[in-house]
Amino acid sequence: MHPKSLVNIDDYSREDIFRILQSAARFKQQPDRALLQGKVCATLFFEPSTRTRLSFETAVNRLRGRIIGFSDAATSSSTKGESLKDTIMMVSNYADLIIMRHHLEGSARYASEISPVPVVNAGDGSNQHPTQTLLDLFTIYETQGTLENLTVTIVGDLKYGRAVHSLIQGLSHFSPTFNFVAPEELHIPDKYRTFCDEKKIPYNEYTDFTSESIRNADILYMTRVQKERFTDLMEYEKVKNVYVLHNDMLADSKENLRVLHPLPRVKEICQDVDDNPKAYYFQQARNGVYTRQAVICELMGIEVE
Amino acid sequence: MRKELQVAALENGTAIDHIPSEAVFKVVSLLQLQKLNNRITIGNNLKSNKMGTKGIIKVSDKFFREDEINRIALVAPNVILNIIRNFEVVEKKKVLLPDEIFEIVKCNNPKCITNNEPMKTRFHVVDKEKVELKCHYCELKIKKEDIELI
Repeated sequence: MHPKSLVNIDDYSREDIFRILQSAARFKQQPDRALLQGKVCATLFFEPSTRTRLSFETAVNRLRGRIIGFSDAATSSSTKGESLKDTIMMVSNYADLIIMRHHLEGSARYASEISPVPVVNAGDGSNQHPTQTLLDLFTIYETQGTLENLTVTIVGDLKYGRAVHSLIQGLSHFSPTFNFVAPEELHIPDKYRTFCDEKKIPYNEYTDFTSESIRNADILYMTRVQKERFTDLMEYEKVKNVYVLHNDMLADSKENLRVLHPLPRVKEICQDVDDNPKAYYFQQARNGVYTRQAVICELMGIEVE
Repeated sequence: MRKELQVAALENGTAIDHIPSEAVFKVVSLLQLQKLNNRITIGNNLKSNKMGTKGIIKVSDKFFREDEINRIALVAPNVILNIIRNFEVVEKKKVLLPDEIFEIVKCNNPKCITNNEPMKTRFHVVDKEKVELKCHYCELKIKKEDIELI
C-alpha cells in the first residue's frame, strides 16, 4: 500500500487540512508552476464525471504534468471483465499518481491498498469525495477568514448527499453550528446526528426553507434535491420547489454570508441570486483546481512555496 | 447427587463450552472442524442452568490459536474454552471479539467493492459490547442482527 493516498476526509487531521489550504492559497496566487514536469498522472473515471475530471486535469496541466486515462468505463478494460486490481496494477506501471472515480463504494480504499503509487479518491459511489470537501473548506476559509465557530446552513438532500456528509466531517474539527434544512424523506441520517452529538456540535433541523434558517448563517450550502432519490414521486412534486433559494431570501442575511453549491445546480438556486455578491459557487468551483493542485503535490511529496 | 457427564471426558484437547444451541454448527464451520482428523464430540441442546440449552464441542489433541478461536466470538460471544491436559482443565479462556475481522463476514452493501471484486472482506469492530462492525472499505456499519457470514 502507498502510505500517501487520499481516500477519506477523515484521513486528514486539522493540521493536514490547514497545510493543504495554505498550499491551495499559494496556487491561487500563482497557479502555473511546473512542479509536475516529467510526471504522468492517470485519471481513471470508471464513472463519468466531466466536472470533476476537468478540474483534476486542469490542476495537472497547470502543474505541467502529463495525463493518461479514460473518462468512462466503456473505454476501459473493465467492460472486458478486468478486475479493479488488475487495472490499478497495470496503470501504476505507467503513472506516478492515480486519480480515480468509481461507482463502487470502498473502491478507492482498496485501490490505495494495492497501488504502489498514491491514489486520490475522486468519488467512490455515494461514499466519499474528499477533494470536494477540501475545496469547500478552502472556500469557507477564504470567504470568512477562519474555519472556527461558523454557522453553516445546509439545504437540500441531506440523506444521500455525499458532499454534505463529508463537509460535516471536515468542519467537525472547527466547532461549527449546523442548520439542517431538508424534506422529511431526505433528512440527515441518524449516523450524522450521533456524530454531531458525540462531537458536541450543536445543530437545528428544519423542514421548511425560509429566511429564518439563513438569518444567523455565515455559510449557506445549497444542494440538489434529486427526483430519483424519492420513493414517493408525489412527495417529490410537493417539495421540489420548496428548497429553492430566491434572491429576496438573502435580504436579511449577514453581511459575510456566502452561498456555496457543489454544482451542478439545476433549479435550487434562482438565476437572480447569481448577481448577488453573496453568491460564491462559481468561485468555489474555481477553487477546486487550486485545492486539487495542493492535494496532488502533497501526495507526490512536492513542497509548494 | 451424582453429576452425570453430558459429553464424554477428554484426555487432551479443547472443550468449547456454553455455545448457544443455534450457533453450534456455525462454530463447527468457522473453526473448519470438518477438515480435522482429530476425534471430535459435538453435543447440542444439552441442559444449561444459565442458558436453557447449550452446545459443547470437544476436540481431542487440538489447541486453537487465539486468532482461530476469536473468529467464533461473532456468533457465540460468551463461549468458554477449557484447555484439557491429562483429564484436567488446566486453563479456562473467554473468547474475545478481535478489533478487526477478516474474511468471514460479508458486507451487506451490494455496491461495496468487496462484493464485486475477488478480495477478502475486512471489518473494524466499532462496538464490542453491542457487536457492531464497520466495513473497512465502504464504511457501512452493520449491527449484530444483520451480520451475515460468508
